[in-house]
Amino acid sequence: MNKPGNPLRQLPEAEQLLAKLLEQMQPVVRPDTGIIGIHTGGVWVAQRLHAALGIAVPLGTLDVSFYRDDFEKIGLHRDVKSSDLPFDVDGRPLILVDDVLYTGRTIRAAMNVLFDYGRPSSIQLAALVDRGGRELPITADFLGGSAALAVSQSLELTRDETGKLSFKLHEN
Amino acid sequence: MKIHIKGGRLIDPRNNLDAMHDLYLAAGKIVAVGTAPAGFHANRTIDAGGKIVCPGLVDLSARLREPGLEYIATLESEMDAALAGGVTSLACPPDTDPPLDEPGLVEMLKYRARNLNKAHVYPVGALTAGLKGVQLTEMAELRDAGCVAFSHADVPLVDNQVLFYAMQYAATFDIPVWLRPQDASLARNGVAHDGQIATRLGLPSIPVSAETAALAVILLLARETGARVHLCRLSSAAGINMVRRARHDGAKVTCDVAVHHLHLSEMDIGYFDPHCHLIPPLRSQRDRDALRKGLADHTIDAVCSDHCPVDDDAKQLPFAEAEPGATGLELLLPLTLKWAEEDQLPLPVALSRITRDAADILGIDAGHLTVGADADVCVFDPERYWKVEPASLRSQGNNTPFSGIELKGRVTHTLVGGLVAHEA
Amino acid sequence: MWLDPRNPQLNKNGELHHLLSLDGLPADVMRQILDAAESFVGVTQRDVKKVPLLRGKSVFNIFFENSTRTRTTFEIAAKRLSADVINLAIAQSSTSKGESVLDTVANLAAMQADMFVVRHAASGAPYLIAKHVGPDIHVINAGDGRHQHPTQGLLDVFTIRHYKKDFTQLRVAIIGDILHSRVARSQIHALTTLGCPEIRVIGPRTLIPSDIKSLGVQVYEDLREGLKDVDVVSTLRLQNERMKGSLLASGQEFYKYYGITDEALAVAKPDAIVLHPGPMNRGVEIDSSVADGTQSVILPQVSFGIAIRMAVMSIVAGNWRG
Repeated sequence: MNKPGNPLRQLPEAEQLLAKLLEQMQPVVRPDTGIIGIHTGGVWVAQRLHAALGIAVPLGTLDVSFYRDDFEKIGLHRDVKSSDLPFDVDGRPLILVDDVLYTGRTIRAAMNVLFDYGRPSSIQLAALVDRGGRELPITADFLGGSAALAVSQSLELTRDETGKLSFKLHEN
Repeated sequence: MKIHIKGGRLIDPRNNLDAMHDLYLAAGKIVAVGTAPAGFHANRTIDAGGKIVCPGLVDLSARLREPGLEYIATLESEMDAALAGGVTSLACPPDTDPPLDEPGLVEMLKYRARNLNKAHVYPVGALTAGLKGVQLTEMAELRDAGCVAFSHADVPLVDNQVLFYAMQYAATFDIPVWLRPQDASLARNGVAHDGQIATRLGLPSIPVSAETAALAVILLLARETGARVHLCRLSSAAGINMVRRARHDGAKVTCDVAVHHLHLSEMDIGYFDPHCHLIPPLRSQRDRDALRKGLADHTIDAVCSDHCPVDDDAKQLPFAEAEPGATGLELLLPLTLKWAEEDQLPLPVALSRITRDAADILGIDAGHLTVGADADVCVFDPERYWKVEPASLRSQGNNTPFSGIELKGRVTHTLVGGLVAHEA
Repeated sequence: MWLDPRNPQLNKNGELHHLLSLDGLPADVMRQILDAAESFVGVTQRDVKKVPLLRGKSVFNIFFENSTRTRTTFEIAAKRLSADVINLAIAQSSTSKGESVLDTVANLAAMQADMFVVRHAASGAPYLIAKHVGPDIHVINAGDGRHQHPTQGLLDVFTIRHYKKDFTQLRVAIIGDILHSRVARSQIHALTTLGCPEIRVIGPRTLIPSDIKSLGVQVYEDLREGLKDVDVVSTLRLQNERMKGSLLASGQEFYKYYGITDEALAVAKPDAIVLHPGPMNRGVEIDSSVADGTQSVILPQVSFGIAIRMAVMSIVAGNWRG
């Protein structure tokens, strides 16, 4: 792992990270575990995990636009997606899935959304990559890998027509 | 006081004059055009090089808001505005508070105006007592007190019998009756032309038939009573056509248009601009073009400012609730020039509509520069651009739809009775 | 000026700052509102129907004209966004004491309002208010005179999109008192902006404004001719006072010639939907069997209305970067 603050040279390999993530999750998930992807990248990752884990409970998706703490600064997200939780969250173990774990604010917002649906028995977090820079006391329970990025950089998960996931690096 | 106005282009429509001539004034009169009279020694010389020298303007409708509405504007402020606009004679409608329906009120107004030593004021008396449309006023006495004509201003005169008698009575004394053709019931609650914009903005509308129906009644009654009728503020192409036809058939009617109606249409209401809430309403672009053409071919005799100062409290309201009217004394000249320039009309024609033609309707000896006439003169720079900024207008009314617009032509000197009354 | 002078409801970035009219509202802004509303429909179906978007904001419902129904839906929407809501029925209070609209609004602005939801009997009143508030206040038109009722128009197209998906293949008929209807004007602009190729207005000549064709609609005087093969039937409320004035002879005659009955609806497409902005005059503009029938989407309109108002409020509130 390179030191925080240094520009990233080697892009993380999304498909490899996904495999690692799956490896960690397989022994832990239960038949009643609810898998929930956070729009947009997290949903792609969650779809792959959900299929590979073969869980009967349908996949949930979450849009956190209405709970973001930067609404005052940047307004309502242009492309708000619907949240869809096709199962009862009350008393259920949940795994939240996101692509890039950064400040932790998205996860904070996502947990708030979940509690407006009910009271899960537990929430765990799965992330493809952790880029550091946390601003809240949040860590991933399942992690594909880490990559330190400069503040000016951002990672975007993309999906090609075959469904293959890969990362793209943006210099702002 | 002897004044020499030197080096200007002198335009006097009455005398068919448009040439580089000097003008000489003495003892309140015009004493010579062209060459100085023998032994003329000017106390003052006004350099009119590059400027136009014309008769002081005559405005057929300017509300001075006195008596009774001094919180909106005063005689002082509005007479200043008149002079700044080159207007030296103006007629004021009777819709004051109380209305001009008693000789005492008219005498007081004339007296106040005379003492201000500014423009000449010609009151138009109320046709009915209190403008209530019931009882006739003492028109003959009011005329003797100084009224030049009688009207109902913008107040509807609903009862056609009263109108008929009023016209008969006025005709007895050969007193002119000025009427604004708008049928009160067809226009009821309306605030905008019945067209595209009223439909889009959901504004209660006034159909063109409100004007034409009223015109039909007025023209018929005029023929029957023999009254001398002047029609105030035409707004529609159909209305102009009716007047044109009636005149062709021998009717002795005159008519005018407000200067803002030459430039604006319903489109200018935009997003409910209350400054475009006017009486009559701004109509379609086709109507506007017909007004411009009618004024050029002299179907419409004269153009007036229809000056109507309104205070901000009465204007800053939703469109329909805002008080109608626009301030106009200072815009009459530049907006008339703008019309002439855009329609490529000779300047003497345009200036005629705000000098001699208006004076003819008023029946006063003004609006010309004949030797021996009162020296009411307007000197203006035809090339000078200025931006209309409501706060810097002399009028107490800030209400103009032309706010922020650049206009060409600015008065530099206004002389009344041979004295410089305004100088920019 | 932070607003676009050519379209004073948008800021210089083309984003929605006030919602005053659907006339001239760009299609992408309209779709943004509809899409956001889609997500809010999900929120309103949860146990906890609240999201924290407008936490700490004050929304003033200023109603210069009474309307319990519209005021209530705005109130619910604002509360579901976690805003504080203050309801003011000015009709009975200040203006009767001679206070002007602008004075009233200036007073309320001084109470640190963030948003004004305005209902007024005069067309254009929200424009006047929007022109005189500071840049940190948003104005939402909740119905002004005969002019516009933009949130109603948006919820109507939202409802239509929900059932019919694609606007570009639709034939829509709007029936009744078009002349006095702010709802009709909003619907017409929303539908044309979203690409609806055929909009018909149906009514007696006294209730059809002149030059309505300039808004891009077709005029029908015969109900059955106008309803033929339409996908959407939008009925309008006929105000009681219209039945007494000189524009109409009677409610009964109106019902006979322009009321939507099962028999009239039969000439529309079999899957046509029926809308009504409420409150309904059963037996005047619409028959009970249609209002309560399978083609009626009048109740879904009401619940979508809350989502639309949540969407509009959260979008305008987010569009100021002070």
